[in-house]
Amino acid sequence: MAQNEFWQGNKAIAMGAIAAGCRFFGGYPITPSTEVMEVMSEELPKLGGKFVQMEDEIGGIAATLGASIAGKKAMTASSGPGISLKQELLGYGYIAEIPMVLADIQRGGPSTGLPTKVSQADVMQAKWGTHGDHATIAYAPCSIPECYSLTIKAFNMAERFRQPVLVMADEVIGHMREKITIPEAGSFEVIDRKKPTVSPEEFVPYRADADDVPPMPAFGDGYRWHVTGLTTTEWGFPTNDAPDIDLKANRIIRKVERFRDEIVEYREDFMEDAEIVVISYGSVSRSSLRAIRELREQGVKVGHFRPITLWPFPDKEIAEISKRVKHIIVPELNAGQMVLEVERAVKGNCEVHRKNLINGELYKPAEIMSFIKEVA
Amino acid sequence: MPREDVKKLLRTKFMPHIWCPGCGHGIIMHSILRAISDLNIPQDKVCISSGIGCSSRMPGYIDACTLHTAHGRSLAFATGVKLANPELTIVNVMGDGDGTAIGGNHFIHACRRNIGITAVLMNNNIYGMTGGQASPTTPEGAFAATAPYGSIDPTFDICKLAAGAGATFVARATVANPIMCEQILKKAIEHQKKGFALVEIISFCHTQFGRKNKRSRPTDNIKFLKEHTVLKAQADKMTPEELEGKIVVGEFVNIENAREYTDRYNDVIERAQAQA
Repeated sequence: MAQNEFWQGNKAIAMGAIAAGCRFFGGYPITPSTEVMEVMSEELPKLGGKFVQMEDEIGGIAATLGASIAGKKAMTASSGPGISLKQELLGYGYIAEIPMVLADIQRGGPSTGLPTKVSQADVMQAKWGTHGDHATIAYAPCSIPECYSLTIKAFNMAERFRQPVLVMADEVIGHMREKITIPEAGSFEVIDRKKPTVSPEEFVPYRADADDVPPMPAFGDGYRWHVTGLTTTEWGFPTNDAPDIDLKANRIIRKVERFRDEIVEYREDFMEDAEIVVISYGSVSRSSLRAIRELREQGVKVGHFRPITLWPFPDKEIAEISKRVKHIIVPELNAGQMVLEVERAVKGNCEVHRKNLINGELYKPAEIMSFIKEVA
Repeated sequence: MPREDVKKLLRTKFMPHIWCPGCGHGIIMHSILRAISDLNIPQDKVCISSGIGCSSRMPGYIDACTLHTAHGRSLAFATGVKLANPELTIVNVMGDGDGTAIGGNHFIHACRRNIGITAVLMNNNIYGMTGGQASPTTPEGAFAATAPYGSIDPTFDICKLAAGAGATFVARATVANPIMCEQILKKAIEHQKKGFALVEIISFCHTQFGRKNKRSRPTDNIKFLKEHTVLKAQADKMTPEELEGKIVVGEFVNIENAREYTDRYNDVIERAQAQA
């Protein structure tokens, strides 16, 4: 029987992780993400899983990567300054191809900023925060049921593509409580990482299959291999040769980019005849939809487009929309981050209006209504 | 030349290694390999983890499950590995800067948790790989690339730090006595069932530290270590003044009835499942 609960977003993220098979959490307390780890500390041992509260943010992600290398589906969570601290090892996860999920419950910044206030400050940090190039997969839930379902997806993508995947909620989504109908186990897909099919003698640790993803054994499985943050050949040992560097550096981007259409998710509302489109995500999308519904009743032809994957960004889809509408409005709780991607996609086909709020408050539907009326 | 039985533990195709000819680190690696071999630990169940630096290139040369992490973070990675699979025997190697500067926080907390990891801190008093900058164990008055007028920073006593933080096995040896290194490492690896073991092995860096401090040949350093080493039993009878500048070697802590962290976590699992 499907079961109804009244959960907080952070709890739904933790419970979604467990439903996806997560059996390890390493983290460090930081507002507004802390409830994710509190729930994990309670739930994981019931299932024989392990939880460890590390000495700092870097330790939290390091232990998470270590547990993944030893075969567990693993997760950490953080916010604001903690996300900044985790960046180097997030990069380690990309280059060494270690699956893991990072829940980023965004708060205001820079630095300690606004610990208990909402923000969408990390859109660009998620993409460009670590040094070097890699492909990012990041989901932005806008409801408690999505906190659950998108965390499951994040694990699936992390396991499938062997890399970190982000769940980028914001303080409001993380702390909000809402009804959720828990899907029954078996009613959703759970993906596990590919294991090698060859013998340990024939195993080449970073030799990718046709999908550009190499199979991954766990430490202790009988396969001996080397994991490093250095750029390596397919044997896993450091290289300084340009052709080898080229292969590795491009493969870790290509393995995600070529499946872009399968990964990218978005939702459209009232879009059929829309002349004005609001593009928003996370908590802002809830205010936008409320505003749009009211304006539709007044006959304003306005629709809503919500990126569910912030990365890869739904640029192709937005490019198509931009050819048939007059105005795109992008309200964000930052000084203008995703709007840069929107402008890149739109390429001047229509007018793009930036709307930014960085005072720690939420957009009220009335404010978004006024933005729409300005251009209607 | 490595002892015959440890050759199967080497990834010879990844050699030559990056260490300078005469570096003390090879003596430590060979001691670790002899200890693993003598203890008959299946190499599929051995995890060698490390951070960044000369010391930390060691895992690449050992045919086991090997993990070369980020600077200072090896013990935090190893904590995750051990919790995920407590059956693995983990030997975590790190340098003095790696382990006690950038990784100092992870170091004291791994000691505090008493997690079953054998940490080998290869202390050569310098950042060798980056060109000889002062580390937390560079002696006061010594010269380094970042201490051109002599270092004024007091140094860490790593064994006291580990003992103070709660490690249940703490010992020190020098590369001038490889047999002692091996014997201590064997005990430290066996201690993993009871918790965290820290072995500080005093190595040397003749190319970076030695070049600036009148010990530029490997033999100068071995001679220095031999002349300055005092066994713990002797040291216990000496005054602080007599111990000035001496390297005390031996076993400082060995708590036989300690309980290891992943073992204690099983109690958490039991309590959680009983309540569920």
